[in-house]
Amino acid sequence: MEVPLLKQGDFLIATIQAALTDADLLHLRTALVQQVVRLRSRGVIVDVTSLDVMDSFASRTLREVAQMIRLRGAETVIVGIQPDVAFAMVQLGLKLEDVSTALDLEEGLAHLSRKSTNRV
Amino acid sequence: MGNEIHVSINSDQDIVAARQKGRTLAAALGFSSGDATLIAAAISELARNIVTYAKSGEIQLIELNGSTRQGIQVVARDEGPGIADIQQALRDGFSTSGSLGLGLPGVKRIVDEFEIVSGEASGTTVTAKKWKS
Repeated sequence: MEVPLLKQGDFLIATIQAALTDADLLHLRTALVQQVVRLRSRGVIVDVTSLDVMDSFASRTLREVAQMIRLRGAETVIVGIQPDVAFAMVQLGLKLEDVSTALDLEEGLAHLSRKSTNRV
Repeated sequence: MGNEIHVSINSDQDIVAARQKGRTLAAALGFSSGDATLIAAAISELARNIVTYAKSGEIQLIELNGSTRQGIQVVARDEGPGIADIQQALRDGFSTSGSLGLGLPGVKRIVDEFEIVSGEASGTTVTAKKWKS
């Protein structure tokens, strides 16, 4: 299951559309970092609205994505974590430390726009 | 005993299949969507341990019909190298595979009953039960 990446101005949007295997997640990580470099993106949004489960592997991989992209000078926002998924993550002790999150795509874009404006 | 489902675990695709079957069974048994997500997350961690440490094994999902309550039992079985120190494996943050750990202690936290039987020659069997609240 390939995750489509959409360029919107200075930002890159990845919309997860179904459950992802570990290999899919690693592929997404590589693709995002490559595209951020190629497109000189300032921000990345990963929309996880359709993700069925955020387990230890998924949360670790998303944290790595955010760290790698930060090293490129760009910001990552995870949007759309469903209430049930958030509940399970807390119970499992999984954290997305140092990764920005937002309610949905719109809020995520607003967050990134604020960050870019502040920097200019 | 009602429904019983077996899922062979040989690859990361099987992890997704197992957790989706677990969620479907939990929903059919009337678990809330929050609990069904917890069960799916637990299956995901247990199935991943099989792929990471033992390469192959199976997940068994069993419907439990107690006298006063219904539940779901997840059995993760492999014939891998076994867990040398179970106490250590159940500690938050411990891992021998370079991952973050958290798998087993997290699973133990979110289910109602949890048991590990592991031996060097016999592989590992993790049994987890969750009752409908």
